Amino acid sequence: MNTVKDLIEALELEMLGGSEGLDKEINGVYIGDLLSWVMAHVQPGDAWITIQTHVNIIAVGVLGEVSCIIIPENAEVDEATITKANVEEIPLLRSSLNAYQLAIKLNQWEGLK
Amino acid sequence: MIQLSYEIKNDDFLRAGEASSSIKKTLRKLGIESNIIRRVAVATYEAEMNIIIHSKGGQIDVAINPEKIEIYASDLGPGIENIQLAMQEGYSTAPQHVRELGFGAGMGLPNIKRCADEFEIESVVGEFTKLKIIIYH
Repeated sequence: MNTVKDLIEALELEMLGGSEGLDKEINGVYIGDLLSWVMAHVQPGDAWITIQTHVNIIAVGVLGEVSCIIIPENAEVDEATITKANVEEIPLLRSSLNAYQLAIKLNQWEGLK
Repeated sequence: MIQLSYEIKNDDFLRAGEASSSIKKTLRKLGIESNIIRRVAVATYEAEMNIIIHSKGGQIDVAINPEKIEIYASDLGPGIENIQLAMQEGYSTAPQHVRELGFGAGMGLPNIKRCADEFEIESVVGEFTKLKIIIYH
């Protein structure tokens, strides 16, 4: 299974917001912090890893149709971002791992095989 | 024909992307092809962010016709001094505090042009910048 819910369990991710979107399917992974670059290149269904934590990542996530947003290295997330994730139903997740370590785990995850 | 109009305020990062999201939802309801919706979404998002980051405020108007989607983004200045430079990938005049948020990659206008079938930009320093973006569907 390749839903966001499955990923949270497999990678022990912390759920910050957007729990209404847990059934979204993950088809790939994208890592990037320059929002215009992400907008131009992210694919629908990607799990997007970014160290940006301000509210506009949710707009980029919605427009880019990502399955979820993963914040690495336990970075602090703005309250407004969590609120917006709930409104837009985009799962906002967090991990203690860095983006590279997350990418390795995602590569090994059965959901993307 | 369906017409949509959105007022965009300078520095309003909290609501940034709402106009683009609303346009996207309307296109989806109309059953427009997803590849076309994606191009419109990228173009309107970049235009919206440009108004928020660089201008004194402005608006985005969209006209959805049977064969094409017309997007007009206009602002109240201060205008672009060198349009040729602004169209170059990687060139940006965004201030540091905005760059730290992941904006100001110098990709905005090039992204818009890439998504558009027809693209026109007009700017008068001290007065306005106007974009015309046409996407056929």
